[in-house]
Amino acid sequence: MTDERIIQFEQRHEVLKELSDAELKDRFWELCNQVVEPIVDLARTHTSPSIERSVLLRMGIDSQSALGVVDRIHQAGLLGKGAGHVLLRLSEKRGGNVREAAAAILEDKEVLDGLFDEVQA
Amino acid sequence: MSNPKPLDKNQKLDIEEILENLEDYRPPRKGWTWRVKPEGGVDMGPFHYRDMSEPLKQSIGLPASKYFDNIDPQPAPVVTSEIASGRFEDDIRRMRMAAWHGADHLMVIRHTGQSHIDGLMEGTPEGVGGVPITRKQIRASRKAIDMIEDEVGRPINFHSYVSGVAGPEVAVLFAEEGINGAHQDPQYNVLYRNINMYRSFVDAAEAKHVMTEGGIFQIDGAHNANATAKAGWLVMPELLVQHGINCAYSLASGMPKELIGLSTVPPNSPPAPKLWYDLPYAVALRDFFSDFKMRAQQNTRYIESDIEEATRTHVIDTLISMLTSADIQSTITPDEGRNVPWHYNNIRGIQTVKQTWAGLDGINELVSLKMDGPLGEMSRDIRERAVAFLEEIIEVGGYFAAVEKGFFVDSAQYPERSGDGIARDGDGGVAANSIVKRDADYMAPVCGHFGNNNLPEGTESACEPIGGCTLCHPELIAYIDELDTEDSVAKRMEATYPYRKGNLIRPEVEWAGDGVVLLQMMIPDNEDYAREAGLEVARRMGLKDPQVINLMVLHPAEGCFLEVKGKVDFDVDRTTLKIPEKVELLPEEELREAVKKTTLTVVAGTVGEDEHSVGLREILDIKHGGIEKYGVKYHYLGTSVPVDKMIDAAIETGANAILISTIISHNNVHRQQMTKLAELATEKGIRDKVVLIAGGTQVTPEMAAETGMDSTFGRGTKGNQVVDAIVKAMRARNLL
Repeated sequence: MTDERIIQFEQRHEVLKELSDAELKDRFWELCNQVVEPIVDLARTHTSPSIERSVLLRMGIDSQSALGVVDRIHQAGLLGKGAGHVLLRLSEKRGGNVREAAAAILEDKEVLDGLFDEVQA
Repeated sequence: MSNPKPLDKNQKLDIEEILENLEDYRPPRKGWTWRVKPEGGVDMGPFHYRDMSEPLKQSIGLPASKYFDNIDPQPAPVVTSEIASGRFEDDIRRMRMAAWHGADHLMVIRHTGQSHIDGLMEGTPEGVGGVPITRKQIRASRKAIDMIEDEVGRPINFHSYVSGVAGPEVAVLFAEEGINGAHQDPQYNVLYRNINMYRSFVDAAEAKHVMTEGGIFQIDGAHNANATAKAGWLVMPELLVQHGINCAYSLASGMPKELIGLSTVPPNSPPAPKLWYDLPYAVALRDFFSDFKMRAQQNTRYIESDIEEATRTHVIDTLISMLTSADIQSTITPDEGRNVPWHYNNIRGIQTVKQTWAGLDGINELVSLKMDGPLGEMSRDIRERAVAFLEEIIEVGGYFAAVEKGFFVDSAQYPERSGDGIARDGDGGVAANSIVKRDADYMAPVCGHFGNNNLPEGTESACEPIGGCTLCHPELIAYIDELDTEDSVAKRMEATYPYRKGNLIRPEVEWAGDGVVLLQMMIPDNEDYAREAGLEVARRMGLKDPQVINLMVLHPAEGCFLEVKGKVDFDVDRTTLKIPEKVELLPEEELREAVKKTTLTVVAGTVGEDEHSVGLREILDIKHGGIEKYGVKYHYLGTSVPVDKMIDAAIETGANAILISTIISHNNVHRQQMTKLAELATEKGIRDKVVLIAGGTQVTPEMAAETGMDSTFGRGTKGNQVVDAIVKAMRARNLL
């Protein structure tokens, strides 16, 4: 396996050594961009509990409440909507601001039931 | 720049005051600041500097600066000091010391284990190996730093880590609280913290986007590969790849190039021929990454207990920065290999850079790198290997596949493999399977958010639907003070109060009142006996928990140098200390002027039956910085001179002063000589015209009054003190 890789390297090297310094540099960045492209797509289309908590922080929710709220939203299968989205929708439904909506989720997780149903209907 | 009252350099930081009203404190400034490097260089004292930044308002120069008008030239790059005792209330005092010596990038190391905590920590718990990063802790530190930057007259960049499993939250915290720089590199989480690779990269895009919003400068984590691999200098092609991946990923996340820095370390260390590895590497890096900033770190891989050895390596590291480039020059405390860094070793690290940079200022105008030889060839070789490495990553299916196959941190030089690389499983690690696909109607109504975001149509700013987010309206930030009042700064400060604000003094290296001291000694025995003898010496000196922290064999049989640390368990009461009165000397120029004005003349000699002459000659001779240097003319009468001869000579030469030296002190003969001189001078009617000065090893300043001298001096006196005393005495009598 290692021998095979080394032979492969020798072949790659034959091509690379013909490149000018500037061409080698361009090739380096072309490859770096190629490596990260699918990862950036993954990031664009996915979220995580930490990302959602960071959204709630920016909405003025304290860090400890954000932990509990994101947990509950995750359990309710709504993380893919965005935790901030959930708070916004709940606040619109119940009245009050997003911080009050966060408090409501911590008090009673059933407030999340059916929150997005009408949209899907 | 900030609202708290200005610091007084003669007063300690008031930690209690800093902690007051923290809930309302807002950083006056956000974003990274570079040093200002004036076009055309900097003139300081008698010198012209080519690669220096603007000097500080207040600072402490290198020890030798007293010979150069106390100038304190500041290197062109930002200079970093890493501070990590585990208690921020002690760290901020060290930050002040570091700023006074020229650090403007203060990097706070995080508490060990914080990277695995899924969420933010709050309050002020004590940390291990670093400080638990919490809102209260960084807000208090930021507030202190804001005061310190006013004191030294230069913005200070405050830095910590956006790594671990709660990266996006930490990034928001930092953007809200005015943190200026942070490490962020998803590869670091994967390789060294075993955080799930998908989670780490998905989080990183958000974190980087938030950092960009807050103007936070980013440093990557690639340098850890050469601190981890067995032969750090062989992983150079991989280092280029790691830097490249983080830079490309950061750009794709929306971070501008100006905010992206590479953390790079010259990987080798003497006795290896360091330059043959580190210079081609530095050149290769600066070729590929010419659009990005360089944070040049110093080598830690081979540092153990010898701090002088570390310092010497760091001088060479700094030379490499100067021969290539560095936007940030980091410093490593030279004691990092043997303990958690101590206060004064942060300063030593900063001094290493400051001294090297001043000494080698403008080196590139005097010498240049020879690229058409081995340097160019070796640099090219590293770059070609890096490109081939990337080609292989793509061939095996991309980055995640390459990590699973153990491509990274293998200690062999690519394409060789030792098989000791760090392999991670895509389904494994901390927080595995924790990323969630965003639905089509996913929304995050806040600023600084990355990726798909289905905001309502017509929305102008992302946070409009909620009426503003904390990045736009800091008053919305939710502040938590403490979660555990037992493990808190208030509790710790109760214990240290007497040392900070009371009258008790205890030595410290890390924390107020820690009592740690260091002994240095030479033990003329072999290593085994030297070690035990050193401990025994420390014990008998009353030190608790002595430990040998460094031992250098001078010769297998003849002896060892060793350093022993221990603790003192007593306090010194400040009110019992007697501080000798300080004489403020007149400026040198003023002394010279006064001497010239009167053509100041003195007669001098050793009096009584006393043949000692060395001390007096040092006071007189120009060679030793004696009074002659100031233009004083002297008549030296020799040794064993009778006191009346001194008076006669003074009358004859019209001398302004008589200097007698008296070394022998048994039966108080020195006192008698002085008294006799004063009496005789009065008798001969010249007492009010001449200044009488006596000196000697057993003479003290207090003896002047009791013997009738104008001034008396003991051991270690310099010529300028004597001239100063003469001029002042003459002025007091209107003789000048």
